[in-house]
Amino acid sequence: MDFQLSADQRALRDGFREILRARFGRDALRAAVDAPGLDRELWRALGKAGFFALCVPEARGGLGQGAAEAVLVFEEAGRALLPGPLVATFLAAGDVEGAATGETVVTAVSGTLVPWLAEADVVRGDVTAAEPLRSVDPLTPLHRVPGRREDGPDVSLLLAAEQLGSACASRDAAVRYAGEREQFGQPIGAFQAVKHLCAELLVRTEPARAAVYAAAVTGDPREAVAAKLLADDAAVRNARDCLQVYGGMGFTWEADVHLHLKRAWVRARLGTTAARAEEELAAAL
Amino acid sequence: MDLAYTEEEEAFRDGLREWLARALPTLPAPPSPHDWPGRRAYDTAWQRALYDAGYGGVHWEATPTQRLIFLEETEEAGAPYVGANFVGLLHAGPTIAAEGTPEQRARWLPPILRGDEVWCQGFSEPDAGSDLASLRTRAWRDGDHYVVRGSKIWTSHAEVADWCELLVRTDPDAPKHRGLTWLALPMAAPGVTVRPLRTLAGSTEFAEVFLDEVRVPVDHRVGAEDDGWRVTLVTLSYERGTAFAGEVVACRRVLGDLAREARADGRWDDPVLRRRLGRLSAEFGALWRLAQWNASEAQHTGGVPGPGASVFKLRYSHARQELYDAAADVLGDDALDLGRTWTRERLSSLSYTIAAGTSQIQRTIVAERLLGLPKGR
Repeated sequence: MDFQLSADQRALRDGFREILRARFGRDALRAAVDAPGLDRELWRALGKAGFFALCVPEARGGLGQGAAEAVLVFEEAGRALLPGPLVATFLAAGDVEGAATGETVVTAVSGTLVPWLAEADVVRGDVTAAEPLRSVDPLTPLHRVPGRREDGPDVSLLLAAEQLGSACASRDAAVRYAGEREQFGQPIGAFQAVKHLCAELLVRTEPARAAVYAAAVTGDPREAVAAKLLADDAAVRNARDCLQVYGGMGFTWEADVHLHLKRAWVRARLGTTAARAEEELAAAL
Repeated sequence: MDLAYTEEEEAFRDGLREWLARALPTLPAPPSPHDWPGRRAYDTAWQRALYDAGYGGVHWEATPTQRLIFLEETEEAGAPYVGANFVGLLHAGPTIAAEGTPEQRARWLPPILRGDEVWCQGFSEPDAGSDLASLRTRAWRDGDHYVVRGSKIWTSHAEVADWCELLVRTDPDAPKHRGLTWLALPMAAPGVTVRPLRTLAGSTEFAEVFLDEVRVPVDHRVGAEDDGWRVTLVTLSYERGTAFAGEVVACRRVLGDLAREARADGRWDDPVLRRRLGRLSAEFGALWRLAQWNASEAQHTGGVPGPGASVFKLRYSHARQELYDAAADVLGDDALDLGRTWTRERLSSLSYTIAAGTSQIQRTIVAERLLGLPKGR
């Protein structure tokens, strides 16, 4: 058993993190918040980098990678708050023309929600009666449909990986801020009350990481649902605690904390939601 | 990244499973929890059986992955726990193996592995708990002996132990982490008095140990004089390592038992209870995966458990308490009945966020050593 990233997997993750830093750094993120809309150029750049074709078989022009590699790049997407219907397009890359290259944007009904409906070229599920809602997340336009469409565990697994990346980003932001911000003549991170908040941020990410990676390795649908449950919790609660560590700054539009929290709320409602996951896991006991 | 065991690891698992299937039916009935000599005899006989079968040193010699397999298989098979051998196998033994002289290793390690000798731990004191390094039990040289005076507390298995790994202050003028020394104290020495303490669960799991001018030969010192803090840290990292992994397997089984009982008595109709158990299923599943992750990591770094064990301990100790609180929901009025195992387990689960470093101390360790936050007051 070697339940650690291989050298290739680390290189893939680091390479993709680098691409995102260059193509979708903080300035690009804030520009996207100010001017919402899907950046087609970025989408094509992702396609060129092999993001969407990662798990398409080599015989069909893809990179032929597995679920373990998929969760690593989705973790990075979550860390960078990369916007767009990433999961639906990724899962359609094998059978929708142009999805693998980033030319075609694919979205899907997830539960009773449809992200990025107006921008998508291809839609999975029935959206004839879709109604827009004023999305809490400035980077995820949402519609609601009357009928439910249940997602498979593959959707939940990729969403869980994004939540994991977001939870890590909130943890890193909180720790960085706690080490820099000074009050009473010392960094606030030297106070136990703040220190213990930060410790819990790590205590939430590490079991979620083990759960997400294991679900990718085993392909067990129940593990994918369980991983989403823990990763949803880690992303939402880490963003909340990060907001608390930031103090007044955390409540501003200017800080990125709220962007992580709002996206985490959205992802928690997509795929298998907490109530359904808990019932499903209980039924299997 | 994989979760597939190698052929060698599967062979280890198969051999162990086969042996357990033969060995467990021959075990005597477990003793009453109040029968200390009986418990010692039962626990040490189990260690002897492990030793004879070639598993006596599994905590020391096996790879981290084999150790995980050992904990999983013995738990699945319902084998006895490490019990009275805990300190010898998981604290004192590894310390002596790492820091002792060849003579000390030859004197103390084989009897631990064979289940001949039982060790207890004399670290905490009434005024030195979380702040262990402030301990005040004094030892001074008198010829080729140390003379020890002071008292220790929370010493598990003290009534039946042969040896105590003892941390004493040899230089009262040095900074608190510098003047400590690690000694092997024979519990039969004149001046050692053991007073059992009763836990809130009603049992006497640990004791106070009073040391009144106890003479300990200088050659019973492990490591250099005044270097005991460093020697002790070796031990603590073992204590917080993968020792809990077997318990995670046990908790997953309890969860299944809880669901069965709830289905039988109608409480399963309560969605709040169902969802609570469902979430705990995800939690313990993830903890098992984290144990595998940590074992693989230790395999890469040479086997010594790192501070990542603090993350596991924090999460697991909390989850265990949640599990037995949920069990109380399943039990209803039976949660007040000490005749039910889960009621007693609920009581003992209360120690998990305190023993082997409180959750608060663990969070400070995580924040300072893993996240790099500044030390403060």
